[in-house]
This record gives sequence, structure tokens and C-alpha cells, in this order.
Amino acid sequence: MSDELINPSLIDAREEIVATEQDSARSEGAKRAAAALAGVAAEPGVAKPDAILVADDVSKSFGGVKAVRVDHLEVQRSTITALIGPNGAGKSTFFNLVSGFDKPDTGTWSFNGTDISGSPAYRIARRGMVRTFQLTKALMRLTTLENVMLGATGQRGERMLNAPLRWVWKGQEKDIEQKADDLIERFRLGHMRDEFAGTMSGGQRKLLEMARAMMVDPTMIMLDEPMAGVNPALVQSLLGHIQQLRDDGMSIVLVEHDMDVIMSISDWIVVFAEGAVIAEGRPDDIRTNEKVIEAYLGKRRALPTSQENEA
Amino acid sequence: MNFTDVLSNAFRGAFGPEAAIYALAAVGLNLHFGFTGLLNFGHVGFMLVGAYGVAVSVSTWGLSLWVGLLVGIACSIVLALILGIPTLRLRGDYLAIATIAGAEVLRYFYRSDWAAPLTGGVYGLRQFANEFFALNPYSSDLALGPLYFSARNLWVMTAGWALVILASLLVYLLIRSPWGRVLRAIREDELAARSLGKNVYAYKMQSLVLGGVIGGIAGALIAIATQSVNPDNFNPAVTFYLWAIMILGGASTILGPIIGSMIFWFLATFLDSFLRNATASGVIPPDLLSGPDVGALRFVFVGLCLLLLMIYRPAGILGDPKELRLDVR
Repeated sequence: MSDELINPSLIDAREEIVATEQDSARSEGAKRAAAALAGVAAEPGVAKPDAILVADDVSKSFGGVKAVRVDHLEVQRSTITALIGPNGAGKSTFFNLVSGFDKPDTGTWSFNGTDISGSPAYRIARRGMVRTFQLTKALMRLTTLENVMLGATGQRGERMLNAPLRWVWKGQEKDIEQKADDLIERFRLGHMRDEFAGTMSGGQRKLLEMARAMMVDPTMIMLDEPMAGVNPALVQSLLGHIQQLRDDGMSIVLVEHDMDVIMSISDWIVVFAEGAVIAEGRPDDIRTNEKVIEAYLGKRRALPTSQENEA
Repeated sequence: MNFTDVLSNAFRGAFGPEAAIYALAAVGLNLHFGFTGLLNFGHVGFMLVGAYGVAVSVSTWGLSLWVGLLVGIACSIVLALILGIPTLRLRGDYLAIATIAGAEVLRYFYRSDWAAPLTGGVYGLRQFANEFFALNPYSSDLALGPLYFSARNLWVMTAGWALVILASLLVYLLIRSPWGRVLRAIREDELAARSLGKNVYAYKMQSLVLGGVIGGIAGALIAIATQSVNPDNFNPAVTFYLWAIMILGGASTILGPIIGSMIFWFLATFLDSFLRNATASGVIPPDLLSGPDVGALRFVFVGLCLLLLMIYRPAGILGDPKELRLDVR
């Protein structure tokens, strides 16, 4: 890749688009997040003022390949934090490790100040850290409503001995149904309410998975490629939902490959390569970070300031 | 060739003690596979420990039949725990392997010389259910036209079908509850259930134990109905008849195992009776088919009927074919 490839007029146009996008789309939550992260240096493993997730020395090998080796990573509360990196960089594996779906070789991590390293996945979810999956897991032969209602925690009727005694859980069930209906409306799945989730399109399943995760009342939600296989029109609506969640105070970590999406909604970006965190920072920091460009982005996306950084 | 005979035999098969007992066992299997997605290929193992719980308690230890029933239930719970604790954290196929092997190991164990003082070895045990038949309220046999049931069989059928209804009602109530919703979610995708804070392992264990107990009670009922237990009656084929029954009626439906069992036994006795009648009256020449081959041949035809059913009603008699189409991922 030589410098002649960079067409200055293209870069200018791109910069302009990004700038207008950022200004027009800036919500309260985005401003709040930007303010909170204002003094944070853009370097790997940097401490955040109010970290909700802190991971230390987390590593995992598959055979001879070190899939993840994160020395230190903090995720700021009430922000949208994106994990990016080339395929096989360890983002999803890191997701699986901290959410309890896979066991690391070493490492400790804490959520909301509590050490949760080694906790089973269901306990981590109950603590308020809920994840979704790269390959959407719609519960096919359950209706949309049942899918969403399943997410509610502390259901009395979920204990086997209470289950046949309808009167024990009937009242609670009604409240849960009400809450589920609200979420279904919010994610515009009302017309699918009583249909099997298996009849949904890929994009609708993504929405369903998010609605279901919201039902758990999480404080942090981890989205593994929420936009994969979703048509562009629906992407906008999903992005809206994600930003709305952040504005409501939720912390969001997401893995995503679509750079335009990442740059437009993230408050903070963490870059993975070969299992390690190689860079962190605001979208602008990442765009101009030489290491990231080398590893992942390609020079075309970079702003001219990358040359200045080199010195 | 006597068609009234053949038909009345077939109806006797559809409502008789075997149909009730297999329906009950299939209700348990349906809770495992139909509602939780557990691949249990050793359901007969639960029936075996249930049956021997009764037989050994009464014949060997001289306890009451009702205590024996409790022993049988306790044995099924223990078996479920033994099979479930090491395998339910693993992928589904491990449970399949453990159950299919477990049931066979149990059969060989119960028939071994070493266990013979307790279990009677290859000869089994008999005459231990007199307490049950002493309670028989039916004093005379029942004859409805060509249909005929002995007082003994009537009593077993009453108990059997009552238990089938009770078990189905329990499963119905459980499945319609939030607990059942979690089970069905686990059937669809256990990782998703786990990501929503459900302790999947505990739910699978509860389902395995409950379905196992229902199977154990069915086994105890076989022992009581025939007044005898023999390890070789609890062979792997029984498990596969139960699977056939469940799928025939419609897995993950409440009434599926009941309808499935009735149809299965109707077909089995109909074909048996038909072939015997036909060979005896010379409609089928004796050099083509003789008495002893009938027993084997009838299951060939049962298999054929199941095959046709799977082609034309793949979701079972009561199953929703819409559900099957969803499985293309």
C-alpha cells in the first residue's frame, strides 16, 4: 500500500461525512460518555474513571494457538464500547470467557466490583451481564412472547415444585407478560407476538434476541456481531435501539465488523489482534492509530493525521 | 379366517394393560425428549429398576408391595442421578451413550449369578403382587360383544390408565408453567437459556429424574401386572418401542404418547392376530409362513406402518407439522 493510493479529495469527503454524522447523531448519552472518557489516554489497558468490567491477565489457548491474552482491560460504565479486530483476533473468545461460556487458562475479571472469574454463565447473567450470540439463538419452537418472557429473572413458577400450582405464579406471570409485551412493541415485533420464533427473518431474530436480553434487566449487555446478516434498513433501527439503551444508562460492549457502524456509534473502541489488545481509544484516536491501520483498517480509512502520529 | 376375532384382539391390544404401561413409560420419555430434548436411549433401564424395586422388596425382603413401589421410585431417582450427574453438563450425545449403555449394564447386572440371591438371576422373581390383586374391585370378567377382558386385566387396566391420566395431567401442568417454558427453551438451545440466567444443568436433572420416575412406575406396573420379573424382558427393544410410540403419537404433545401407544399396540396385535388367523385357516399357505415366524414378521409390518406414517405425517399423529418445518436452520 503506497501513499499515492490515498486520494486527498476522497479523504476530505469522508472526513466531512464522519463529522456531520457525529454532530447530528450525538445524543445525551453520547455526550455524557464523551465527557466521562475525556481525560482517558488512548493506550491499551488504560484505567477508566468508572469501570464496570475489569479483566486482568485473561488468557486462553486452543492447542498451540494463544487465542486470547489480555493483560488488562477496563470497560467504562454507560458507554458503547466496541471490540474490533481481524477475524480470529480473539474478540468472540474473550466474550465467551468473561461471560462464563468458556473457561480461561488464567485470569480474573470482575463485574460491578464483584469478582466473577470462574462463575457459571447463568450466575453471571443473573448478576446483570447478559450476552447475545454471533449466530442468533432464537428459540425456534417457542413463540415470540415466550422467548421474551423467558428472560425474566426470579420467576416463582420456574421452580419445579411451584410449577403445577398455578395460583402461586399467576400474578407474577401477568406482570412478566406485560413487561414482555412492552419490549416486543419497543422492538417492533408486535405482529410476530404469537408466532413461532423460527418463522422470523434473520434481522427480526436479532431484534428478538436483544429484547429477550433486555428482559433480564441487565446493567451491561454484550452483543456479538448484532448487525451480521441484517439488512441496511434494519441496521439503522438496531443502532437506534443500542444508542437508546446507552442513553438509558446501560453499558454496552459489542463485537462488530462494519466499520461505519463502529465509528458512528462507539464511545470507545478496543482493538484486538492475535488475542491481545493492541490499541484503545475514541473513534478518532483509532482512525489515526498507526498500529490499527497496519493490523486491520487499511490506509484508505485513515485520516491524514496518521502521518503526523508517526513522528 | 375370522375377522371379528382379529379386530376384537386388536382392540384388546389397544386398551389392554401393555398399552397403558407403554403409554405411561412414553409419557416419561416424552418429558425427556419431547420437552427437554434429552436423548434418553435407555428408558427401559428406569423400568427395570422400578420393576425390580417392587419384586425384590416383596419377594426377597418380605416387605409390603407399597413399600416396594417406593423402593422402585427411589431406585429410578438414583439411576437418573447416576446417569445425569456426569453427562448432563456435556453435549447431548453423551447422555445418549450413557443411557443406552447404562440400561444394558443394569440388565446384565440383575441377571448375573452374583446378584441372583437378590434378583433371582436369569429366572427372575414371581408371585409378589398378590396385595395388588387382593384389592381388585372387579368380581367378574367383562364382555362387550366380542371384546373380552378378565377381571384381573380390568383391574390392571384401571390402575394403568389412571396413572397414565395422572402423569399426563402432571406433565400438562408442568409444561404450561414457567418451569416448562425453561425446559422447552433448553430443548431449543441450551446456551441461549444459560445466557438468560437459567441453571440449565439443574433443569435437565429435574426433567431426567421426573421422567425417570414415571418410567420406573411403568416398570413397577409391568411387574405387578404379570406377577413376574425377568431381566431379559427389559431389553433395548423396549426402549425403541417407546421411541416409536412417542414419535408415532407426536413428541412434545401431551396426548401423543397415549395415542401413540394405543395405535402401536393396535397394529401389533392386529397384525399378530391377522397373520396367525391367516396361517391357521390356510389363507396364507403354511409352507410360506408358519406359526413361530409370525411373532417376528408382525414387527416387520409394524415397522412398515411406522415408515408410512413418518412419510405422510412426519410430526406424528398429534404433532404440529409446522413445527418440523422450523428446524431448517
